[in-house]
Amino acid sequence: MAKVWINDQEIELGDDERLNGIQVARRAGVDVPHYCWHPGLSVVASCRMCLVETGSKNAETGEVSMMPKLVPACQTPAKDGTVFVTDSDKVKHARAFVEEALLIDHPIDCPICDKAGECYLQDYHFEHGQKERRADIKPFTSRRRPMGETVTLFVDRCVMCTRCVRFTREITGTNELMTVQRGAHEEIDVFPGFPLENKLSGNVVDLCPVGALGDQDFLYSQRVWFMKTHNSVCTGCSTGCSIRVDENQDEVYRVRPRENPHINKWWMCDDGRYGWRYIHDDARLIGPEIQNKQDANADSGANGDGPLPGPMEWSTVIAKADEDVRAAGRLAVVLSPYLTVEEAFLLCTYAREVDSQVLIALGPVPQLGEDETFPSGFTIHAEKAPNRRGVEEVAASFGKALSFEELLPKVAAKEVSAVWVTAGYPQANWIDESAASQLAKADVLVVQDIFDSPLWQAATHRLPSATFAEKEGSYVNFANRLQSVPWAIRPPAGARSEGGVLWRLLGRTGLYQAKQVLAEVTREIPYFRAAADGVSEFGIDLTIGMLAEA
Amino acid sequence: MKPDDPDILWVDEPKLGLAGKLYLPLIAQGLTTTTKHLFGKKVTVSYPDSEPEIANPLIYRGVHRLNRDEQGRVKCVACFLCATACPAHCIDIIGTESPWEDREKYPESFTIDELRCIYCGMCEEACPVDAIELTSLYNLTGRSREEMVFDKEKLLSVFDQTKDAEPMKSQTVANSLADTTPPKGGAS
Repeated sequence: MAKVWINDQEIELGDDERLNGIQVARRAGVDVPHYCWHPGLSVVASCRMCLVETGSKNAETGEVSMMPKLVPACQTPAKDGTVFVTDSDKVKHARAFVEEALLIDHPIDCPICDKAGECYLQDYHFEHGQKERRADIKPFTSRRRPMGETVTLFVDRCVMCTRCVRFTREITGTNELMTVQRGAHEEIDVFPGFPLENKLSGNVVDLCPVGALGDQDFLYSQRVWFMKTHNSVCTGCSTGCSIRVDENQDEVYRVRPRENPHINKWWMCDDGRYGWRYIHDDARLIGPEIQNKQDANADSGANGDGPLPGPMEWSTVIAKADEDVRAAGRLAVVLSPYLTVEEAFLLCTYAREVDSQVLIALGPVPQLGEDETFPSGFTIHAEKAPNRRGVEEVAASFGKALSFEELLPKVAAKEVSAVWVTAGYPQANWIDESAASQLAKADVLVVQDIFDSPLWQAATHRLPSATFAEKEGSYVNFANRLQSVPWAIRPPAGARSEGGVLWRLLGRTGLYQAKQVLAEVTREIPYFRAAADGVSEFGIDLTIGMLAEA
Repeated sequence: MKPDDPDILWVDEPKLGLAGKLYLPLIAQGLTTTTKHLFGKKVTVSYPDSEPEIANPLIYRGVHRLNRDEQGRVKCVACFLCATACPAHCIDIIGTESPWEDREKYPESFTIDELRCIYCGMCEEACPVDAIELTSLYNLTGRSREEMVFDKEKLLSVFDQTKDAEPMKSQTVANSLADTTPPKGGAS
């Protein structure tokens, strides 16, 4: 057990902990300002913002001997007896000096800089800087050049922390970014003809402590202080990166990675970062409908028994769907890998209540290419669905689950007369004509989806559903880690989350409560038992529960 | 500026004496003022029969205008600081990359709901480039609510109408400063 002193506080470290001055100070609740240091990257100690006084305390005599000069806290390991002083006049003076030097030729274009409001340079200037700029040069604009398709560099805003350069060297291994020239002329750049293009490139924008690297996708679309941030999970692939969704008045503006040491560390891929725009697509399905089977086949709109006149009330459609499914007899349900654990559980519970011999099938799991692993270990999975593991385990607890391909002939052969399909695939072409026509043989075909498809056209009961940002619930990633997240925005008017609809169908009152359902799931299904005591923001490893069971 | 800044002078409220605690002298004082005004010259105007005289258009808070720069382009850089400062949430801006070489960002659309506005002047104070200003136009009428939502063109046209009578305040202040302050180092 090592003892470290931060100012006057004593901090105890575990035996195998290797922490630097910044990390130890943070544990003591003391913030040491820094630009170049990042926990996920190597230490260069070049920004000099984290300079502190350090020394050591003799365990026997209690005598403290300090080093004469200031040292960077990021590069100073905390050992037994190490003393850090972070609030002395000497340290404060050094910080003010570094801050002033950084601001000598930094353009004062905060009003149009996208980083303003979450900029370290701004924050540290207010906390540690001087009141006025003494330099007589007051640049107002910054030179700008693109680094690649997605990232643009505002050259003069850069403080040369080289986080982005180290990122491309250590995390992606692609080495696109480099520093050119020296001294006051030093700049970030790419080699001509080799732009920044790798699948993690968007992360350099988050890494940048100032507004030097801008995201073309987000540039000038919203000021950061207008947005509210919500924790969420990326549903782009089975990695299930922890993310933050930034939203203003039910419109998402950007998606950023959220630190999670067990899954994505500090990063996320560009597919996930820019792949959420479908949630605001104009083609989103809106407004529930009921299509009369016979009329749809006859295709004659003239007679009086045509499709029920829309727009219909959700309560009417849900009641009618419930009535028709119960009247039909044998039932099959399809669980989409885009469902949350709670929704899959509610659907299975409902289906079992309607028909004790219900056929439960798993929806198709989209596969694209091969797993991509970066030198840092970050992996983009080929399995492009967030919750295959979760729905599989839920389905397994309700008896043997069929695959989608196994279900199709059974429906075509009229073994079941009602099918309830959940979809929610962002890919519009998730089902082809032939599969849809086989499912259309059922007398009652309920479909919950977000985009139009052949299946949607064939459905008798059409229930527009919600995307990941619009629903609360839990996802289980490829490594059996369960994460529970809240909703970030409300679904568009006329669409309802699967959970909300199923909650009504089961006759429960009030609003849909994913937490309450998850508590039921953990009671009923041993696989999910580890989540019974709550789920932290990093999620919970379900294999722990499985080991305990065994 | 931080609370412990040496340039800030913190002043306490003076303690009340016996006369102050009794309130009677203050009541007498107040009634004296009232009586004086009963018989004095009227300060109100019978609007709209007669129009008020605006003593200083520089500090009057009427209809907004969007200033133009030397090249006639909108001066606004779409920083959203006016929209942030606005307590009535009546300013709606859509910012985008500017089509000009020397400018980074500009407002694609800029609308002010003049009916929602409370004419507090916070937008003018917040603006870092002196692009939005309140003019001394006060008799603002319209036939519909939509008509009272002023867009960028309308706000620029207010500038064109008023720029001769009311030059840009930043310029006015700069000129007046140049007039009054003697050149440094003494006249040679």
